[in-house]
Amino acid sequence: MKAFDYIEIRIPSKPQYVSVIRLTISGIATRIGFSYDQIEDLKIAVSEAVTNVVQHAYSDNEEGEIVISSALYNHKIEIMVSDYGNSFTFEEIKSNIGPYREDENIALLREGGLGLYLMESLMDEVRVNNEGGVTVFMTKYVTREQVNENVERITT
Amino acid sequence: MNVNVQFREEGDLLLGFIEGEIDTFTAPTLRDELNSICISEGLFIELDLLNVSFMDSTGLGVFVAFYKKVMRENANLKLVNLSGRLTRLFEITGLSELMDIETIKKGD
Repeated sequence: MKAFDYIEIRIPSKPQYVSVIRLTISGIATRIGFSYDQIEDLKIAVSEAVTNVVQHAYSDNEEGEIVISSALYNHKIEIMVSDYGNSFTFEEIKSNIGPYREDENIALLREGGLGLYLMESLMDEVRVNNEGGVTVFMTKYVTREQVNENVERITT
Repeated sequence: MNVNVQFREEGDLLLGFIEGEIDTFTAPTLRDELNSICISEGLFIELDLLNVSFMDSTGLGVFVAFYKKVMRENANLKLVNLSGRLTRLFEITGLSELMDIETIKKGD
């Protein structure tokens, strides 16, 4: 038997389908046993990855496609979001991301560029591959609620 | 899935109730709604996020842009009734240090 179940979804690169992917990932994550908060983290991370493609990968008149693939393990999920459009420069984007600082000038506050930072904050592992389109590869592990470990086992 | 804003005026306080999910699809609607507000100097704007069920960085971007606009006009903006999830989003990104936000009170 394989170590994981594999699920792949293809959607047109359009904003209206981002929420569809969020709902799907939420359903898949429930199967694995993620907590409510972890599922909400996953929804944001996936939303960011797919949004990135929708906004940057294809030019306006190009009919692009996004592939979202996920591998479901016992205690973790791996999600890959890829496109075949223009790849963005990871380093360039990375140098322009990160949390806001307390002393930042209000008038100069960035209005974007938080996507990659949020993915890294909300997932356990994020990797970006830039060869021939962009692939974002993210992993999240199921962390059992502390309370579960302390619950006395009921033997029958 | 959509986003919807209802406004109510109470003296020099403008209340906006936002409902729905805020992502790259709905953000333009929210942006238009917020931009329709006529901001006069000294105006107090409170945006109620109690019924916002999802938000990602696109949503944060809309609020940052609106916050900048409000500040330029010397008016005031406060985001209220944020769920624990939304508060976390503002905290991770450092926005909670810059903007006036209020988490939902337990037992309300």
